[in-house]
Amino acid sequence: MLGDLSKAITLVWIVLFAGSAVSWFLVPEGTQVTSLVPGIAILSIAFFKVRLILLYFMELRFSPQPWRGIFEVWVIVAWGAVTYLYVA
Amino acid sequence: MSAPGPCARRLPGEEGIWVFVLGDMLLFSLFFGTFLYYRNEQQELFLQSQLLLNKNYGAVNTLLLLTSSWFVATAVHMYRKNNTVWAGRFLASGFFCGLGFAIIKVTEFNDKFRAGITLNTNDFFMYYFMFTGIHFVHVLIGLGILFFVRRTVLQTPDGSGIRTLENGATFWHMVDLLWIVLFPLIYLLK
Repeated sequence: MLGDLSKAITLVWIVLFAGSAVSWFLVPEGTQVTSLVPGIAILSIAFFKVRLILLYFMELRFSPQPWRGIFEVWVIVAWGAVTYLYVA
Repeated sequence: MSAPGPCARRLPGEEGIWVFVLGDMLLFSLFFGTFLYYRNEQQELFLQSQLLLNKNYGAVNTLLLLTSSWFVATAVHMYRKNNTVWAGRFLASGFFCGLGFAIIKVTEFNDKFRAGITLNTNDFFMYYFMFTGIHFVHVLIGLGILFFVRRTVLQTPDGSGIRTLENGATFWHMVDLLWIVLFPLIYLLK
């Protein structure tokens, strides 16, 4: 009824759900000790999800530059900075 | 300069909303950095305090916002296809998912207050209340926007409300994506 674009956003929604589930199971239960590898994975999944929302739900995929570029740079810089601060 | 063709790339909504969204995202990236900076300073306290959070509330809220965003994105497509009635229904569904988020958030804050946990408990809870509280205000503003956007959509079956709808949708998706980072950062990260 709504074509490929609508199918794409539904597929993205499923991937976003799956990403959330993976993050959930990566969390070490009840621990008070930092566990870096799951932490980095959880942060990376989060920023991957953010990028999907920007490109598909917010339609930056079809937007002119520099708009798409500006937000792509935000994702990379924010992900890099957050990961660095977490590991540091 | 060539005239844009029928398939020209275009930014949904108006440029102003994107400038606002970018500003808000920059502000929240400062929040993310601040949280991690102080987490590094008092790691044990942050990890112990984190155990007092109810991850289930946060997870359900994540799924509610993702679903709400999907409803709103689909509503935009429906409206473009002149399906005003279904666009209105999807916007209403998006609104109710957002309302669910707000109700759960209030319940969660209430649980904390009843347990004697406030902004002044320690640095972890100060940032928890500040950042999730500021995000919560965004959710409330977003709900108001969705309410009015839906009304505009239903009043303009000719498609003239598209910019308003796209502006509202863009704001609402931003509220979603900020939570997507805030939730793992505060609730999940060990």
